[in-house]
Amino acid sequence: MRIKGRVISKGVAEGVAIVSRKKFSFLGDVDVETGIVIAEDSDILGESIADKVFVFPTGRGSTVGTYVLLRMKKKGTAPKAIINVETEPIIAVGAIIAGIPLMDKLEVNPLETIKSGDIVRVNALEGWVEVHGDRKD
Amino acid sequence: MDLSREEEKLLESDNPAVAKCMEILVALGEIFGADRLIPIVSAHISGISYENIGEEGLEWLKSLKAKVKVKTTVNPAGMDSERWREMGIDEDFARKQTEVLKALVDLGAELTLTCTPYYVYKPNFGDHLAWAESSAVVYANSVLGAMTNRESGISALASAIIGKTPRYGLHVKENRAPTVLVKVKEDLNPSALGVVLGRELDGIPIFEFGRKLRDHELKQLGASLASTGNVAIFHVIGQTPEWRDFEIPKEKLEVDEADVRDECDPDLIALGCPHLSSEEIMEVLRFVERRGRPKISVWIFTSRHVYEEMKEVVEKLERCGIKVFRDTCMVVSPATEKFECVMVDSGKALTYLPKLRGVKAMFGTTEECLRRAFE
Repeated sequence: MRIKGRVISKGVAEGVAIVSRKKFSFLGDVDVETGIVIAEDSDILGESIADKVFVFPTGRGSTVGTYVLLRMKKKGTAPKAIINVETEPIIAVGAIIAGIPLMDKLEVNPLETIKSGDIVRVNALEGWVEVHGDRKD
Repeated sequence: MDLSREEEKLLESDNPAVAKCMEILVALGEIFGADRLIPIVSAHISGISYENIGEEGLEWLKSLKAKVKVKTTVNPAGMDSERWREMGIDEDFARKQTEVLKALVDLGAELTLTCTPYYVYKPNFGDHLAWAESSAVVYANSVLGAMTNRESGISALASAIIGKTPRYGLHVKENRAPTVLVKVKEDLNPSALGVVLGRELDGIPIFEFGRKLRDHELKQLGASLASTGNVAIFHVIGQTPEWRDFEIPKEKLEVDEADVRDECDPDLIALGCPHLSSEEIMEVLRFVERRGRPKISVWIFTSRHVYEEMKEVVEKLERCGIKVFRDTCMVVSPATEKFECVMVDSGKALTYLPKLRGVKAMFGTTEECLRRAFE
């Protein structure tokens, strides 16, 4: 299934999806060293976002968080791509400077269409996402 | 957002720095519903202190091989570029901070190292700017009538390199209209008032004061409002340049107290958040002259621009036992961390010192702060 959306940070990536229904902050919600989510109130607490296609509603919290994605990218713990329902400036600029593809405003709600474990292709050059339901887990 | 053919080309620029900066502006324009990019007169970049941006921020700045297109000023760093040893800054930090400054010079930015760039150069009414540093943003919009959104350090830098900013928010006249009338019943300290109001305000305030506020009071009010709230512009009836351009809003708020007092036992008195103007430095001198040596350390912070202008006054202050530092401030410098309790006359410093430097902070008016130092 191919879904159109808005390109925020350009690039192409394919990977296993990890889906959260909670707003996310890269400053404090995730362990930068491992990519494991540490926010107590998260629905993916203890799971890793490293090398995954990370799907979540939008960002929350401090503007100091912009460089965190760049740090994670350098450590190899960043997500491969990000899909938001509707993104916001901190996540957007963070993804752009780290070179992580980011799309939002898909034709359908990604939280309902994509399940953790799905293989997802993100083409944030042409502006589409492909979801392959064959779950890996 | 509509892009011109030239702007489209910048997205595909051979220079990755230019392409990235353009990508940032387009993304922000999309997110905020901008219709196009507009030229800016100047940019002001925050995120200069190595303490705040760290190794990643430094590497990002170094990786940009480009020159700014417009006048670009920068926020305070983590130390006085010359007197850092006196502040207790260690060699490693100084080396990293110097690297940050070099990267900024390579980009073509002016090392103003101040949160009050408007004392170095004053934008004109109606100028479009891309300024970061929330206190400077609110001053530029409210007191000068220039137009800027509250940019982040990175988006301001991207705008500096492209010379443009997305047109949305406070770049559009009707979005600058006040939404709530704030009647200030008593002669409240503007810093304290800003802290208290910032927490509860939603929208753009227009103030009615019982008297005309002085320039530094407007500066303090804005800095405090922006530290506890999302405020980027305010108006003052009878005083700020755009107050007549809009209808007075029906929503009304009356304020008759602003209590921010929280006692601790200060081992440092710190003034200069935002950086002191020459007028304010004169007032400090008038107060401390002939009072002997202060019993508690007094540090004051200003820009190197004002420092040079006021050299004789600064020397007199130093002879009175007051330390005058440039290029930095109590909020962004790690030097403040070795103190227990810092007394400040700034609502912004009161808000950020515990959060960013992990020290206690207490509030007093400028006079109360100085009096405490000599008690």
